[in-house]
Amino acid sequence: MIALLDYDFMRRALVAAALVGLIAPLIGVFLVQRRLALLGDGMGHVALMGVGLAFLLGTAPIPTAMVTAALGAFLIEFIRNRSRTAGDVALALLFYGGIAGGVLFASLAPGKASSSLNSYLFGSLSTVAAGDLWALGILAISVLVILAIFGRELFAVCLDPDIAQVQGIRVRAMSTLMAILAAIVVVVGMRVVGLLLVSAIMIVPVAAAQQLTRSFRSTAVIAVIIGLISSVAGLAGSFYIEVPPGPAIVMLALACFAVLAIVAVPIRRRRKELA
Amino acid sequence: MSDSIIGIQRLCVEFDGEHVLEDVDIDIKAGEFVALLGPNGSGKTTLIRAILGLEQPGHGKISLFGTPIKRFKDWHRIALVPQRLPGASSIPVSVWETVMSGQIRPRSRWRLFSRSEKLSATQALKDVDLWDRRHDRLDALSGGQQRRVLVARALACQSDILVMDEPTAGLDAANVAALSLLLAGIKEQGKTIIVVTHELDDIEHLVTRAIVLGASKHHSVGYDGPPPVPGAFAHDHHHHHDAIIDKAPPVIGMQP
Repeated sequence: MIALLDYDFMRRALVAAALVGLIAPLIGVFLVQRRLALLGDGMGHVALMGVGLAFLLGTAPIPTAMVTAALGAFLIEFIRNRSRTAGDVALALLFYGGIAGGVLFASLAPGKASSSLNSYLFGSLSTVAAGDLWALGILAISVLVILAIFGRELFAVCLDPDIAQVQGIRVRAMSTLMAILAAIVVVVGMRVVGLLLVSAIMIVPVAAAQQLTRSFRSTAVIAVIIGLISSVAGLAGSFYIEVPPGPAIVMLALACFAVLAIVAVPIRRRRKELA
Repeated sequence: MSDSIIGIQRLCVEFDGEHVLEDVDIDIKAGEFVALLGPNGSGKTTLIRAILGLEQPGHGKISLFGTPIKRFKDWHRIALVPQRLPGASSIPVSVWETVMSGQIRPRSRWRLFSRSEKLSATQALKDVDLWDRRHDRLDALSGGQQRRVLVARALACQSDILVMDEPTAGLDAANVAALSLLLAGIKEQGKTIIVVTHELDDIEHLVTRAIVLGASKHHSVGYDGPPPVPGAFAHDHHHHHDAIIDKAPPVIGMQP
């Protein structure tokens, strides 16, 4: 552990991993509740197009990906509301457009851009620059602030959009807000976890936590703990065994899921007997 | 007790050129217990959705507590009691969280839940006799208990009007009895209750007014008066089995 902290780039990567491990499950819990588990994936693919564009235009990847993903968030809500396209088809359109656009733009870019695209797909230990850390920190804090203000309304919308509307909650605005929050998480996670796997850190800890929990709040809290452990430990592990951090983080989260799913069986049985 | 709290005048609602509701005139007063009846497709659900502001009327006027629905702001005075909450089956949501969710309003987003909001949720859960289950997952409860939690959710809002969608559907006799006892108590408190139902028999003793929709193409309301519904209009509510089949989700697949 000491050796690991000797490197500046590793310290930055660990902070970035902790940020995504903290905020990703907090958004994921709403996505799972609304049955939009794949929305994060869609956002990841759109952000990939942003990275490709950044290579092509020579702009900074994080802001470009953020703008592209935010536009994608508006687009998907627009498609879902204004046309007869079903939610899953709207997501599929984003998937294909994002991946195709990302690889296309990166290939058109001068230099070796298309090979460094790989580090954006599966994460990388060495790519979090000092300046990036500030951007990621501000994005993560803004997610926490937005959740503190609008979290309950998001919860109500996910519980039942019609009832939420009767309660005076602006359902469409909240849906768009949720897509934008997912877009922010994707951008925060894209350096260390990678765009293809970042949505796993939104969903898998939630799936693991809900094996045991009985309330939305406890699901969110335990999912955050699992998210933090798997992203920080996975990142550290990937340093020692020299693999990209994204797959290591996600495999750890999946291992948590497997353990909790097995442990939960006798616990649930006992609760049932007590009830 | 005789103020008009829901006023509907010459209401028409159509979807894709199809007239679902035609020429509906209904005036509901405080304290009434209204059963909304009619065959599937007669517009019962559309009517309650229009009253709740979820459906835009093509023509006609709706007013709530004397205010035209477009300018109505006091939405906390009306609570919808659904059959189930879609978001409570995809992730664990506790009974307590379900009841508190009724109190989430945009204007309270800058503060935590207040003491009085928590107290009314506590009282509502005690009223439906499920206080000791407050920490349990909503979907760990029986169907009848879940229905009572959703009633508690509406009670906790201290609404004056409860709109209930098929509250007794799918419940066994014991749970129907428990629910109608609960509704009798709510009626005692002077609240207005509107129930969409296929099974008038279960709650007929509580109902003060039955409205049958689906009468004709040009005039939706067939019967509007105290129960029992005269034979000519009562063709609907004995066909329980048809209703269940009609509610099955559409078959998807085989589409290009």
